[in-house]
Amino acid sequence: MSDPTTTIESFVSQDYKWGFVTEIEQDIAPPGLNEDIIRMISAKKNEPEWLLEWRLKAYRYWLTIKEPTWHNVHYPPIDYQGVSYYAAPKKKELQSLDEVDPELLRTYEKLGIPLEEQKMLTGVAVDAVFDSVSVATTFKEKLAELGIIFCSFSEAAREHPELVRKYLGSVVPYTDNFFATLNSAVFTDGSFCYIPKGVRCPMELSTYFRINAESTGQFERTLIIAEPGSYVSYLEGCTAPMRDENQLHAAVVELIAHDDARIKYSTIQNWYPGDKNGKGGIYNFVTKRGKCLGRNSHISWTQVETGSAITWKYPSCMLVGDNSVGEFYSVALTNNRQQADTGTKMIHIGKNTRSTIVSKGISAGYGQNTYRGGVKILKSATGARNYTQCDSLLMGDKCGAHTFPYIEVKNPTAKMEHEASTSKIGDDQIFYCNQRGISKEDAVNLIVNGFCKEVFRELPMEFAVEAQKLLSVSLEGSVG
Amino acid sequence: MLEIKNLHAKVGDHKILKGVNLKVNVGEVHSIMGPNGSGKSTLAQILAGRETYEVIEGEIIYDGKNLLEMPPEERACDGVFMAFQYPVEIPGVGSAQFLKAALNAIRKVRGLEELDAMEFLALVKEKIKDLGMDEKLLHRSVNEGFSGGEKKRNEIFQMALLEPRLCVMDETDSGLDIDALKIVAKGVNDLRSPERAIIIVTHYQRLLNYVIPDYVHVLVDGQIVKSGGKELALELEEKGYAWVEEGAGAAR
Repeated sequence: MSDPTTTIESFVSQDYKWGFVTEIEQDIAPPGLNEDIIRMISAKKNEPEWLLEWRLKAYRYWLTIKEPTWHNVHYPPIDYQGVSYYAAPKKKELQSLDEVDPELLRTYEKLGIPLEEQKMLTGVAVDAVFDSVSVATTFKEKLAELGIIFCSFSEAAREHPELVRKYLGSVVPYTDNFFATLNSAVFTDGSFCYIPKGVRCPMELSTYFRINAESTGQFERTLIIAEPGSYVSYLEGCTAPMRDENQLHAAVVELIAHDDARIKYSTIQNWYPGDKNGKGGIYNFVTKRGKCLGRNSHISWTQVETGSAITWKYPSCMLVGDNSVGEFYSVALTNNRQQADTGTKMIHIGKNTRSTIVSKGISAGYGQNTYRGGVKILKSATGARNYTQCDSLLMGDKCGAHTFPYIEVKNPTAKMEHEASTSKIGDDQIFYCNQRGISKEDAVNLIVNGFCKEVFRELPMEFAVEAQKLLSVSLEGSVG
Repeated sequence: MLEIKNLHAKVGDHKILKGVNLKVNVGEVHSIMGPNGSGKSTLAQILAGRETYEVIEGEIIYDGKNLLEMPPEERACDGVFMAFQYPVEIPGVGSAQFLKAALNAIRKVRGLEELDAMEFLALVKEKIKDLGMDEKLLHRSVNEGFSGGEKKRNEIFQMALLEPRLCVMDETDSGLDIDALKIVAKGVNDLRSPERAIIIVTHYQRLLNYVIPDYVHVLVDGQIVKSGGKELALELEEKGYAWVEEGAGAAR
């Protein structure tokens, strides 16, 4: 007689297809963190003096605070002095794609984002961040005609200092939390995006992040500003080579939406998750927050988190403007020894603000998946509404799903709805599919995709397809 | 087409089948009847490839192949279909998507081209109409929230769509009212064909009023103790299983 979980169990062995290392000449800082390193980073990037001061303030504050422990993820202490805080491909100041190291371009091709082709075919403008430096930004001129600024963060700090200075830290202050503070001190690059008043960005903007160098951390910073009546859809994807030691990734993303503006932010996170036994993998500690500053503004986060050894991430919305809307759609998958503590915060401040949270957690192998969500209705938020749905799917009997919803309501007119479910892919479901001719792997994919479909339909088309594929690769071998 | 030879099977330490022999030729309809706990459903599940049951002796030859060595999906693609006694709910998976995956998996093995969404929809709508069922079913998740009768009809609908060569119906009639029973019977009768064999596993005779079997077998305590024509079912209905059970006891 078969153990009820034997079928599901043997589906757990996965190949990480993005685990190659690019042999490229790197400009790399010695491991360790001190004011000199921060000055070095700032100098490398020709930053204005105020930005260096801001970094140093963050660093000095960081020295006084402790790493949080409230989360439901467990890892050995991180040696912050053992990390290199800057790594860049040697050739710099690129004028066009032709100047990009061909080895680097090949890396991006392997990742399925041929910049050259993408430039012409897909209509997706890509900013590719390789370790610490933004390598190439496509479509820049075309966007510039509309007044849209889409460039690397370093470039923005030089070319548009007034915008950066005005908004940097306005959503996630440098004192926000341990990892955001660290990022504020040492962030190396990232994307900057500015959509002027009334402009609807005609294409998806996209950033591709890749950690390549050994023992480096990646600390990117993304800032998106949508002026009144504008719209932008932004995508980000991430991968890293397979390495035995853990690598640190601590990013900060800030979004600002003014009156009637809308920002749609989609992430497919596929950092290296470590091997079957939990060796190696990325520690992903990310702070993402959007501020719906204006009336009727709208920010939606969609994330598909399949990678990283540890994911610690709560893309949130501060609903300041009246009638503003915040959304969070998430699929988080933990397989093997992966741990994820992810969710969102919706802070309702303005009147008639609305938020929707749909979280789908999938646990397989020994994976531990935690949903942590906070919904706060402040006194001023008359007529606020929230709908939360968090579902967990378990595969096998060694994984875990945990849910920590926090709800705080200070205005009696608020309407709150919360739904939660936990289900298991049953051997009887798989057998039923088998009996209809569907293989075990296809059956699991069918069921998992069915479970995630409310989130996938929020993703831009080409991303939705990629997300489905990624999910099936991440689960490959989980059922035998 | 199908030959079961001296089949012994158990669940855990509990022996259920104790030497079943059965031969089914293509084009025939066989009914396997028997009291509760006699091993009828076990036999059906073993034919479909359920791993819960362990075969300890005997063999099953299907089209010259050793069926027991084939995984369930391979059997399905080779034309073995089981209508489940308790069809499983699969929340979130749309019926249309599920059926398309199944049909195309089977077509692929049969060397036919996979159907695209439009072709599939046309076919599926035609089949669903034949069975007098509501198209809305296609937009719902597989079996989710279906009534007992809907689930059973859905099994027959899938059977009609996938066009198997060996249909095994595991107590499809249980829990059906008379109208649903007639619909199911019509579905089965429509599928009768010289290219297909049907095995109807049932506790009661009533489905057999509408689907007339060529052969009836009585399974008692893991063995077929009596075989006959359609009149055997009527005799059983009249005299009850105690009649064959006594006979079986005397024969041993």
